[in-house]
Amino acid sequence: MTAICWFKDVSLADRPAVGGKGASLGELTRAGIAVPPGFVVSTAAFDRFIEVVENSAAVRARVEALDADDLEAIQKCSADIQGAMLAHSLPEALRAPLREAHAALFAGGAIGPVAVRSSATAEDSAEASFAGLQDTLLWILDFVALERALLQCWASLYSVPSISYRRKRGMPEAQVSMAVVVQQMVDARTAGVLFTRSPTTGDRSVVVIEGAWGLGSAVVSGEVTPDRFVVAKITGEITVRDIRDKHVMHVPVPAGGTHEVPTPEEQRQVACLDDGQLGQLRDLGRRIERHYGCPQDIEWAFNGSGALLVLQSRPETVWAARDAAPVSRAQDNPLHHLMSVFGGKR
Amino acid sequence: MKQFPLPSSLKVVPGTERAQAAYPYYMQFAPEDDQRFWFYNSMHFPEPMCAFDSVTGEAAYCALGAANTRVHCLPTTKGIDERLINGRVYIGGVGVTDPEEVRERTDEFMRRAFHYYENWESLYAQWKQKMRALIEDAQKLPRPHLPKYEPLAHVHAGKGIASNHDLLDVYQQTLEGYFRMWHHHFEFLLLGYGAYMTFFAFCKKAFPEISDQTIARMVAGMEAEIFRPDEELRRLARCAVQLGVEAPFQDGVSAEQILATLREMGGAGEQWLAELETSRNPWFNVNVGDGFYHYHRSWNDDLTLPFSALPSYIRQIRAGENLDRPLEQLVAERAQLIADYRELLATDEDRAAFDQMIQLAHRVFPYVEGHKFYCEHWYTNLFFNKIREFGALLRDHGFFSREDDVFHLTHYELKSAIIDLMQSWSAGSPPRGPSHWPAIVAERRAAIAEWARHDTPPALGPVPEIIDDPAIVMLWGITRESLDAWLEADSDEPKRDIKGFAASRGIVEGTARVVKSAEEISRLRDGDVLVCQVTNPTWSPVFRKIAAAVSDIGGSMSHAAIVAREYGLPAVVGTGNATRRIRDGQRVRVDGDRGLVTLLD
Repeated sequence: MTAICWFKDVSLADRPAVGGKGASLGELTRAGIAVPPGFVVSTAAFDRFIEVVENSAAVRARVEALDADDLEAIQKCSADIQGAMLAHSLPEALRAPLREAHAALFAGGAIGPVAVRSSATAEDSAEASFAGLQDTLLWILDFVALERALLQCWASLYSVPSISYRRKRGMPEAQVSMAVVVQQMVDARTAGVLFTRSPTTGDRSVVVIEGAWGLGSAVVSGEVTPDRFVVAKITGEITVRDIRDKHVMHVPVPAGGTHEVPTPEEQRQVACLDDGQLGQLRDLGRRIERHYGCPQDIEWAFNGSGALLVLQSRPETVWAARDAAPVSRAQDNPLHHLMSVFGGKR
Repeated sequence: MKQFPLPSSLKVVPGTERAQAAYPYYMQFAPEDDQRFWFYNSMHFPEPMCAFDSVTGEAAYCALGAANTRVHCLPTTKGIDERLINGRVYIGGVGVTDPEEVRERTDEFMRRAFHYYENWESLYAQWKQKMRALIEDAQKLPRPHLPKYEPLAHVHAGKGIASNHDLLDVYQQTLEGYFRMWHHHFEFLLLGYGAYMTFFAFCKKAFPEISDQTIARMVAGMEAEIFRPDEELRRLARCAVQLGVEAPFQDGVSAEQILATLREMGGAGEQWLAELETSRNPWFNVNVGDGFYHYHRSWNDDLTLPFSALPSYIRQIRAGENLDRPLEQLVAERAQLIADYRELLATDEDRAAFDQMIQLAHRVFPYVEGHKFYCEHWYTNLFFNKIREFGALLRDHGFFSREDDVFHLTHYELKSAIIDLMQSWSAGSPPRGPSHWPAIVAERRAAIAEWARHDTPPALGPVPEIIDDPAIVMLWGITRESLDAWLEADSDEPKRDIKGFAASRGIVEGTARVVKSAEEISRLRDGDVLVCQVTNPTWSPVFRKIAAAVSDIGGSMSHAAIVAREYGLPAVVGTGNATRRIRDGQRVRVDGDRGLVTLLD
């Protein structure tokens, strides 16, 4: 596997090489969904880097030997490994193609901001909760910062929570690797999450949209109470419009990175999405759900010029696990259905 | 714990005691009624009932109860009891709670109701024949009349029974026909609603957040009779253009003037008048109300309303607009909606059940939509007009000053007045009525006006734990939740939001026109928000003009809801009190997605 995999060349089948997030973004790109362009630094690149680090300090064997309950040892090990990783720079064999891809991402023009997002791989069942433990670095402005961000993402695989998580589950370290997504960063005017199935009732006939001003990280991290909308999937009726006080927002820092600022007073209580945008989100949700054949949780953003972009899509898992029993079954005599209303059911 | 007032605490408005006493003894509240739950039937009877009009309640509940209690034997419910106070109709259901009785009734129900479902199409075809025959019988009844001398032909033929007896005969047949009509009305109704409710309950379980209006759209028929009167108007507008007689149809010109001009035109004008006659019979037999009050007159009685819609239809046709309902498109849209929801179901078992339930609903729903035209419109119109003829006869004999005064007599009293007149004719002496009735009529007219000024509680008596009476849930949409909302509303400060059923999607802001009667429809301007108590097929033409509709009464299958969806206008129905809370001319926002009307100033 090559070190750099462009979204357009990646599908769900490439998950071992590009991680869950990378595979999903590739799949969406290939399905014609608007995803900010980008590439994945594959697990092969990570594995090569770790080999280099292993030459000077044990990594995988040392982690695997840890006792899940020995927090002190884990802390010490994490500090040592992360220190060793960050002390290295990228091997030239990786740096050259990364630099080339970074330039190509902007078609040889001026380099714009990118997001650097970890896309770890592990056993499928664990992926959802495991993925959240690693870093995402936003609004990375130049190649030096990109290189640094990549190392930081990789190192986050050896953070205390990440190591503890793996040790508690006894995950074999040889199977643990990390791909990293590098993609153009959306300076979102509004961003949030779209559930193609109601998280509260499990209803598949509605989409639930949560959004707030600025970057989606404020919504995903729970630092702002988002506006909440419920839209009927088929008919487009907007049945719930819960406009909340969105007191803060995440915005880019001109020198790189993002930070939280108070939302301008006049925007706080104003709906962050209009009906047309809600309609676009509904269409998007239906399209992605159709593509995957099951309900999805989707992260989205509207950029400054009003274009809707998808940042991530994952299969919904909570209600999917409860779907076993049908609401009703066909009756030999269809008239027996009526007894549920007329009572006297035997 | 909030409580509705007890019936015994609800007092007759002082000064109206004698008018209250006019209602039959079995409609008066009794002390033991405090034990039961009652609710004000504002859906069907939003205004105080004149003494005569109360016959509608008794005929309807006689028939509804018979169908539920004795004919189809609904397992968990029997009929409806009715009480009248201050002109307001309160009703209470009679549930079946003994499990043994429920079991017995379930067996009966399956032998009876299932037969109706299994033979629905043929029984419904037969029903239409029965209704047509009943209508013909009513149309055949002669205008009551007393000749000076018995016609010579009767004498020579040896008829033997004199003309004064015809009065009694015609009156009794009129009354009897009305009771019969209500039996036909309820012959299928609960069963039809039941199939709809079954599908509805399934959808709510499978899709907890689905809106009522979406379910209604999946079930609604496309060729329901309620669209016909408006379709006839559009047909007549097209005829006028084709025949080149559109000139007389101008805004502000009365129907009489237009008719006179067309008659003068001869030829094409006469041709159009002939087309008008075919439309009028029967499709102009639509009332400007629900048909439950004598003053809900029909298009046939007053052509003002249909004629006021014609000029704009003619303009639209001349501008090249296609006014036809896009039936094929509507049918395709419904099929798509059903297919889309079906696809979202989680399992194949669910899809199989869904198919069975929607098929049943589609089979039976045409009755629910179609019966109203025959019963509430056509027949009640004939009925009240026949009573009005008795009113004219009695007026001519000095019983009172106006023909409509007859509606201030109960049907028992009217019979007595007719017998009084029969005796007077036969005796050749003056009737007693002229010295008896005028004062009573004046007193009762004043009482109706007085009662209309008083609000009445939405419900009385102890709040039931659950409402599992399918009849009450189906016909009145009353649930434990709606009762809680009523109790809530009772104590609330005035708020800016008015809540109702989300009947047709979309959000619109506009100027409210609070239209309290059909005569006021002409005040509506393009883009207004119609605010009314209730709408019916008569009102359909105004839906082309307005931006949104709000009604006090009705659910997602009400006329306003159906027509608004068809025209793609936001609608909020069943608000309870929008006509009282919204000021004429006020800016309002109508949110048809959430069922909310917001007062903006």
